[in-house]
Amino acid sequence: MESETKSPKATQEKTEPKMDSKSQNYKLHAKNIDVFYDDFKAINNISLGILEKSITAFIGPSGCGKSTFLRLFNRMNDYIDGFSMNGNILLDDKNIYDPDLKVEELRKTVGMVFQKPNPFPKSIYENVAYGLRIQGIKDEDFIEERVITSLKQATLFSEIEDNLDKSALSLSGGQQQRLCIARALAVKPSVLLMDEPTSALDPISSGKIEDLVHELKKDYTIVIVTHNMQQAGRVSDNTAFLYMGSLIEYGDTQKIFTNPEKDRTQNYITGRFG
Amino acid sequence: MSQHIDTEIKLLKDNVLELMFLVKNQLEKGQRALDNFDEELAHEIMANEKRVDSLELTIDRDCEELLALHNPVAVDLRFVMAAFKINSDLERVGDHANSIAKYIVDFGRQIDDKTFESMRLKEMYDTSIKMMSNVFNAFITEDTELARKVFKLDKTLNKINRETSKVTAKLIKEDVEQTQNYLYLFSIIRKLERVGDLTKNIAEELIFYMEAKVLKHKKRNSNNNGN
Repeated sequence: MESETKSPKATQEKTEPKMDSKSQNYKLHAKNIDVFYDDFKAINNISLGILEKSITAFIGPSGCGKSTFLRLFNRMNDYIDGFSMNGNILLDDKNIYDPDLKVEELRKTVGMVFQKPNPFPKSIYENVAYGLRIQGIKDEDFIEERVITSLKQATLFSEIEDNLDKSALSLSGGQQQRLCIARALAVKPSVLLMDEPTSALDPISSGKIEDLVHELKKDYTIVIVTHNMQQAGRVSDNTAFLYMGSLIEYGDTQKIFTNPEKDRTQNYITGRFG
Repeated sequence: MSQHIDTEIKLLKDNVLELMFLVKNQLEKGQRALDNFDEELAHEIMANEKRVDSLELTIDRDCEELLALHNPVAVDLRFVMAAFKINSDLERVGDHANSIAKYIVDFGRQIDDKTFESMRLKEMYDTSIKMMSNVFNAFITEDTELARKVFKLDKTLNKINRETSKVTAKLIKEDVEQTQNYLYLFSIIRKLERVGDLTKNIAEELIFYMEAKVLKHKKRNSNNNGN
């Protein structure tokens, strides 16, 4: 049985990054979250605050609940059979599970990028314009400006500027993933959720996505799930380690990767279990 | 992967311990060679310097490979960083042992007991060897309390070193013809004081590895064990 804290030098538990715990300091604030899939408890009483314009990484072994927890922030779990939850998730101090809140509106603010690039079988241009069109925007000049800006933000524009009408499916995996990021950015979210966004990519493409994530931090609050420890260390400001549905440790990434408080965190990040 | 990094870290630890043991032996042999004016033993120390250098290169390579291939984090990263610095410190201790051996060869004759005693050479050697033994055992048993004992011992070396210039000046005044020999001994004291500093650095690195505490450049009062 592993001890709760590292001995003999462990100090007090650190489950919040740097700032104080007032919810108004957090862009996202999960409070006492339990998640169930029928009888199975996937998340066990997690509370965690995410600072605005920061990058937060969720790490943990497969099945620990990190993707489930991430998907709570834009209500992607709502469609899963047997899903139920307790607790509140606040976005800018408003509960996103409030029955009056429109999920479509939430997803304009909280964009998501998935593990596998999933461009639509449309042109590059139409992929990025899609979110704007389903919002009912018809001003083509506005759409074009937003498409180009988003492709530039996703550091893809210079590679495809003469081929905007080409099928998105003709792009490489890394380009497709940056296109999906551009598509998410086009509707001007303030939060970007990324579920293992580089796990299907080669090191060069992964590096480009990491650079992009760094760049996007200026304007967006980013939450990233990753199995790649080095990636979590490189890109994030804060790291949360989840294990069997519980939050084991949450804090400054530099601290987690150099001197974690908990034995379980240390054993996981050093590859000794998980 | 985890078993693999454990194997690599164990190999690195074994190599650092081997170098530490070798360097400690070099110091002990240096003391015996000086005590007995044993030129043969001094030559043996000088020959062993090649082994010290060779092990240093092996440990450098081990550290480089661990960093490049295993991307260690947390306690593993601290261990590799500590091993890398300890390696450099040990090599320099080895250099000092080698230089002292060269003095013995150059010195050319036995040191009389009175000079030996007044320059406190035995105390200097005993203390520096004890410090090296402490860090060696502290590393094997992962005992930071034992590592901390080194800090107090280092103060003893510093004190003797500070007093040595006066003692040497007095000895030279009393017997000017022996000036060069006294200066040799004065140099040995200086080198053993440096050995003490380097061993203290090793103790600090061990504490960094085991407790994630940085003690470098921190002032300690005379009763402080380094906490």
